Amino acid sequence: MLRFILTRVSLVIPTFLGITMLAFFLIRLVPGDPIETLAGERGIDPQRLEQLRIEFGFDKPIIVQYGIYLARVLQGDLGKSMITQESVLTEFTALFPATIELAFCAIIFALALGLPAGMLAAIKRNSIFDHGVMGVSLAGYSMPIFWWGLILILLFSVQFDLTPVSGRIDVLYYIEPTTGFLLIDTLLSDEEGAFWSAVRHLILPTIVLGTVPLAVIARMTRSAMLEVLGEDYIRTAKAKGLSQFRIIALHALRNALIPVVTVIGLQVGVLFTGAILTETIFSWPGVGKWLIDAIFRRDYPVLQGGALLLGVVVMAVNLLVDLTYGLINPRIRHNR
Amino acid sequence: MTAETLDTPAVAVPTATPPHPLREFWGYFSANHGAVAGLMVIVGVVLVAIFADVIAPHSPYLTDTTVALKPPFWQTGGTLTYPLGTDPIGRDILSRLIYGSRLSLMIGIAVVSISIIIGTVLGLVAGFVRGIVEIFIMRLMDIILTLPSLLLAIVIVAVLGPGLMNSMLAVALVILPHYVRLARAAVITETSKDYVTAARVSGAGPIRLMFKEVLPNCTAPLIVQASLGISTAILDAAALGFLGLGAQPPSPEWGTMLADAREFVLRAWWVVTFPGLAILITVLAFNLLGDGLRDALDPKLKR
Repeated sequence: MLRFILTRVSLVIPTFLGITMLAFFLIRLVPGDPIETLAGERGIDPQRLEQLRIEFGFDKPIIVQYGIYLARVLQGDLGKSMITQESVLTEFTALFPATIELAFCAIIFALALGLPAGMLAAIKRNSIFDHGVMGVSLAGYSMPIFWWGLILILLFSVQFDLTPVSGRIDVLYYIEPTTGFLLIDTLLSDEEGAFWSAVRHLILPTIVLGTVPLAVIARMTRSAMLEVLGEDYIRTAKAKGLSQFRIIALHALRNALIPVVTVIGLQVGVLFTGAILTETIFSWPGVGKWLIDAIFRRDYPVLQGGALLLGVVVMAVNLLVDLTYGLINPRIRHNR
Repeated sequence: MTAETLDTPAVAVPTATPPHPLREFWGYFSANHGAVAGLMVIVGVVLVAIFADVIAPHSPYLTDTTVALKPPFWQTGGTLTYPLGTDPIGRDILSRLIYGSRLSLMIGIAVVSISIIIGTVLGLVAGFVRGIVEIFIMRLMDIILTLPSLLLAIVIVAVLGPGLMNSMLAVALVILPHYVRLARAAVITETSKDYVTAARVSGAGPIRLMFKEVLPNCTAPLIVQASLGISTAILDAAALGFLGLGAQPPSPEWGTMLADAREFVLRAWWVVTFPGLAILITVLAFNLLGDGLRDALDPKLKR
């Protein structure tokens, strides 16, 4: 077991190095001298430029510069935002809870609808319901979610005035950020109606971000379920005279869930990608919107550090999924 | 499953000649109604793109502020001159969508072509050379796969500068690992087979082995992945356009059109509805086609 964990963890190291290299070298591709960019339109006198070059280490060979960068990253120093002068890591940790809250709600939404829909579709194979679920999930899988968000705003906010258009909470509430998760913070605070306001703001972004995972989970659950339902032990269970419900709930579902869990783990990357678009549409103050804003402000340290952090988070989650999968399923563990 | 149709061995009296491979393929493919529907939509989009100059009622760039934000013809205030209405500066939405189909198809095909060519070569090399080269290539691909695809594309475009060309390059890089992995896996399974050994024994060099012997036998999964890749490419390029990083206005690219129209969502539903619908339908069609191709080409699923 320890061996399994160690191999998996050690496999992450080259990936981590690769991500840092990408983050380091990609930024070098930005046209123009980094210090002149930093100085902005005011310009800079050549002497000061030279001084800064040495200060920032730009006079050293590129490999040494990368080494310095890596050492700083490992100490949690990702540089400072060129606009706010705030440390990138501080900004990231302040905004990340908003993204997590949204992503968490989205995956819950996707599971709550996708699992039962996929299961029912498999049980009632080739029924109208099955075809309906498969058709809808293919559409969900092909959905341009940035458009889907606008359409939902059009329907629910403009036509029916049910949900707010943007933000996390109505402006009239002031919530002390204790955990950063507004759903929890509003419950902790004594502001009347704040929790409800936060929920209402979450509904549309959750649906938008959850759509693609929902489609993937429904399809995956259906095919996993179909496979399991064809197994011998299901026939045995039927022959024993167990009720349909018992067979599905106790025998089939547990085995069908194994591939589904993996898929959920893989959806984390998709969720962050989707979060960038969703946060942009709904002005959701999370890391996705922060990154896009950084691009348009040419705030390269934020872009570099933020992308690196997101990459590392996704990498860590994938590792975690891998490890839990090994824990659940001994066949994986003993494979290598 | 393609090339080698050997002469029928003289064991039994040949009752019927086996169907031509293409015919057999069509048999499987056409049984899947969704795939056929997808193919028809794609043919439709291709025709629209080719004959855009003839079909489009207006120029996609012609602005006319006197007719700004006209609704589609079936709503009060709409006219048949602008069947799907006009955008905030009075351009005909239908014409822009028609010209946009050219861009979207071009993006899909160009991106996937770049990706497939580079990906196949890298995959073949990794599978044939093995050793340190393989480790290097595959690790690099793993890193690209680890990062959320659109995030990587966004960072690349942010660095190279916004624009259609750069966004296509970024998307091509992001979908590259799929082709590398496919080609490498196919090479590894194929090289252990007898026909490759036979070719090697009869003196075929590595280049010939790669491209003449092995490659034709791993085209099926590549074709399937290509179809699915086109849908990803169109979707991601549109997303970049929507974020303002892809094709720049006044280009009639569908994602860019959505970005332009965003602030008018509260006043004019048609400016946001139609471009997105066009993206959805095209992407859906390519996904349906890909699923159908997989069912028809994958021997494991054949009944």
